[in-house]
Amino acid sequence: MSKGGRLATVLGLFLVAVGLIVWAVASLLNPGVPGGVVDFTNAQAAGQPVQLNVQTVGSIGFGAHPSWVSYLVKDPKSGQWIHATSWKLPAHTLVQMTVDQYDSGSPLRNQEWGQVLGTIGSTATLNGTSFSVYNSNTGNGVGHTFAIPTLNISVPLVGVSGNPCASAPCHFNSPHNVETFSFKTPGPGSYNWQCFVPCALGYLFGNGGAMSTQNYMGGELEVVNS
Amino acid sequence: MGGEENDFRRILFIWVVLSVAGDLLYWFLVGPHVPPGRMTTTAKDNQFDFNVLMVIALPVMLGVWEWMGFAAIRWNARRQDKSESVGGPTAAGNKRAEVSWIVITTVAVLFLAVFGIVALYAGNGSGGGEGPNPIQQPAGAIAAETAALAGTGSWSPNSNEVLPVQVIAQQWKFTYRYPTFGGFESTDLILPVNTEIAFNVTSLDVIHSFWAYQLEVKADANAMENNVAFTKTVQLGTFEVRCSELCGIWHGAMFNPGKVVSESAFMTWASSTESKNATNTADLPPFAWTYVPDANGAAGGYYPDGGVTPYSTVEIYGSKQPS
Repeated sequence: MSKGGRLATVLGLFLVAVGLIVWAVASLLNPGVPGGVVDFTNAQAAGQPVQLNVQTVGSIGFGAHPSWVSYLVKDPKSGQWIHATSWKLPAHTLVQMTVDQYDSGSPLRNQEWGQVLGTIGSTATLNGTSFSVYNSNTGNGVGHTFAIPTLNISVPLVGVSGNPCASAPCHFNSPHNVETFSFKTPGPGSYNWQCFVPCALGYLFGNGGAMSTQNYMGGELEVVNS
Repeated sequence: MGGEENDFRRILFIWVVLSVAGDLLYWFLVGPHVPPGRMTTTAKDNQFDFNVLMVIALPVMLGVWEWMGFAAIRWNARRQDKSESVGGPTAAGNKRAEVSWIVITTVAVLFLAVFGIVALYAGNGSGGGEGPNPIQQPAGAIAAETAALAGTGSWSPNSNEVLPVQVIAQQWKFTYRYPTFGGFESTDLILPVNTEIAFNVTSLDVIHSFWAYQLEVKADANAMENNVAFTKTVQLGTFEVRCSELCGIWHGAMFNPGKVVSESAFMTWASSTESKNATNTADLPPFAWTYVPDANGAAGGYYPDGGVTPYSTVEIYGSKQPS
């Protein structure tokens, strides 16, 4: 091969290597959001509370991990339940949250999460009845929590008997608990939310699998100026 | 040799001047601002220890730089019109240089070793986790810890009593129990000023590490282990707690602020929180230094191979059970 040819080969390989490195770094820095980001910023009139409806299911029933437990959210535009745990919310706005809890429960590993923390009035309602503490050692226990640790928000989601819903999205006719609570979004920023019940069956301490994978039992709140 | 003798005197003179000036500037201008600050006795001690190390290290660094400067400029082979004017065979057998080097470095290392050991002991572990049976602890700590476990502990402003605080780590949040106030649990870490604190650190799952940076307290959190660390608060303010042991996906979000408040403000907060959390406290397991997750309610606990029957605590921890 001529000297020019060898030089061109080396240069070409060098450019390919640089391209791969740039692509790898860009992918690491911006991994994308599984399921996409559900936008609630224009879902209501200015100054009105955001209506955020989610459901928890014992097994998602589809995708790469059909047996995994998961959250779903109701798309404010289509009204459809979708598998996405990253939500865009307007800053300094009241969020009225409704959780349809279709999963079973058990005693909490740490009963501290039996308390309702950080919501408006430090209360939530369970099937219409207000409560501030739930003893997870009674009844069906607690299935999950909805928690935003950096905002000190945590709400126990009381379990139902058995697993009445085999796959998501669960129908309203299936036995479930309805919990409501409100909180106010902080200033712009990214805030992770998660479940504090180690509910990932089959994983050490119950915190692997669905508990450690985006788009199942945790996600991000992307709070922006509206 | 005369030229080299003069060089040595010059080097020594410049080094002494630079070292004294550098150490004084560092000690008085930089030292007081060195992290972790002065919020607790262990933080102050840590800052002092770091500053002592620095005033010893600074002359060494300056000496090396100065020597390099002389070697590069003054003893440059082209300038001397010969090679190896100082080093190599010329330096071999220089008893004064050899003895000075051995004596100075030996004294420095031995001094630092003794200094470190004394600082560790005198500071009751210097804010580090000392395990379940600390070798060094402040006066009154054993009594306070024993009373806390028995549910008979007490603390009040100006009582000079040690305040035990339990740190419970779990994926991915720290919570805190106050055994001298009915054993309530909180996500807030509030501490009274001018008080010896006994942090009792444990975990409900994987290994975490409780790191209250500004307090200069750092102790690993292991399930079924009580890792005790001491400090005394001396300054009001806020601090940050972080997990410093990679513990899973939300490890980076495992942090919370804490506060050192006046003794009366702490008493007000603790009493009101004890009262406010009474319902939930009644649902908590009895206060213990460690918890077996199953005994504490182990939702989603230890499931082998995707099965539905959890391992028993004996399978996980052997025969070791909480007392």
